[in-house]
Amino acid sequence: MIGLLAALAAIAVAVAFMRDLLVVAMLSSIFSFACCALFVLFDAPDVAFTEACIGAGVSTVLTLAALRLTGRQERRSGRPATAIAAMVATVCGLALVYGSLDLPRFGDPRAPANGHVAPHYLTRSEGEIGIPNVVTSVLGSYRGYDTLGETVVVFTAALGVLLLIGGAQARPGKRGEAPARADRDVVLRAIATLFVPMTLFLAPYVQFHGAYSPGGGFQAGAILGGALILYGLVFGVERLNRLVPEAVLRVIATLGVLTYGGTGLVTLALGKGFLDYDAFGTRPVGQQIGLTVIELGVFMTVGAVMTLLFQRFAGRGEA
Amino acid sequence: MKDLVGLFPYWAVALLMMTGLYIVIAQGNLVKKLIGLGIFQVSVFVLYIAMGVVSGGTPPILETGFVTYSNPLPSVLILTAIVVGVATLAVGLALAVRIRESFGTVEEDELLPLTEPEAPADAEPHA
Repeated sequence: MIGLLAALAAIAVAVAFMRDLLVVAMLSSIFSFACCALFVLFDAPDVAFTEACIGAGVSTVLTLAALRLTGRQERRSGRPATAIAAMVATVCGLALVYGSLDLPRFGDPRAPANGHVAPHYLTRSEGEIGIPNVVTSVLGSYRGYDTLGETVVVFTAALGVLLLIGGAQARPGKRGEAPARADRDVVLRAIATLFVPMTLFLAPYVQFHGAYSPGGGFQAGAILGGALILYGLVFGVERLNRLVPEAVLRVIATLGVLTYGGTGLVTLALGKGFLDYDAFGTRPVGQQIGLTVIELGVFMTVGAVMTLLFQRFAGRGEA
Repeated sequence: MKDLVGLFPYWAVALLMMTGLYIVIAQGNLVKKLIGLGIFQVSVFVLYIAMGVVSGGTPPILETGFVTYSNPLPSVLILTAIVVGVATLAVGLALAVRIRESFGTVEEDELLPLTEPEAPADAEPHA
């Protein structure tokens, strides 16, 4: 653990001093991977899973695609802000360390954070929801409101990107030359042909096995998006657009949010609270039906949005 | 001193956070700022997850034979936050791309003069 934390710190400092943004993007991907390992050590495999797909995968690809449009070299400038920034960061850091003195020690089972609702989830969820993965139970049922909110935020962010870099370009530039490249990279293509179908199969597995092992709609959606992005990277974004047109993805993303929100309305119509899955039957069956439906909604939105974002960035010509 | 060993993970998080903050303030390139913000964000994730660890515990997936589990709540909050994080990163990158298309640069130093009101330049011919 100490080694991983030290590695994280070293990468973060390297990011601060590197000027080649391509290197910085790759370093931040490695940073995410080191964090994954840390999350596994910290007993949070669900989070590690998500960080691996999203932080190390999708984020990096999006950053690289954006760098293609904004330029990879950071300009060196004698900014007077550097000294001030270092001072602000040091003072804040020391304040945080001072504040940490009052924190319960790492791993303390009696820490307030581990009291309150956490024991309830751990002891009662098996009877109330009937699935072993407590993270999935809390995500979908006990805190279904939060998750609905997060899904809507993801959807809204996609809307924002579509509005910002959707439609016609102000100054249309030369189109990306990605498709021609596929003929050269034989090895890449062979590997992608092998990996894309396997990854596509992994997504539904992660989706439906999420109740028993780490996984669920967010991870499965990210894996689906990752598989399609890999396809687009190797075979060209034009072919990806033909495989899954943007209009279809927009509809799927919207349907995902509507499925989730609609589930809440249906439970209301059946005389229970918003997103109270007891409306679908006695515990735990009703809860499980509700969970399956909303996880499907999350899967649709996240998967479609991840692919859509990549298509938008990669499909845009250089200005 | 032995009492303080249990705080090391939090101190490491503070160091990571401050590196991220430093990048956001000190570096002029907008994409670099976003990456710095990402580092700040991930260190917050590490803080949350570290708080939920119970020593001797296992991941919160119920199984006969285990009694002690780590806290599932931070996992739930953070795994959704990661997905939201990439979505907001995309919005930031889209803004950077648009800025580059409109102004030809994503360096703060070069952008700031461009965004200042052009009144003085216009005013002189009229005067």
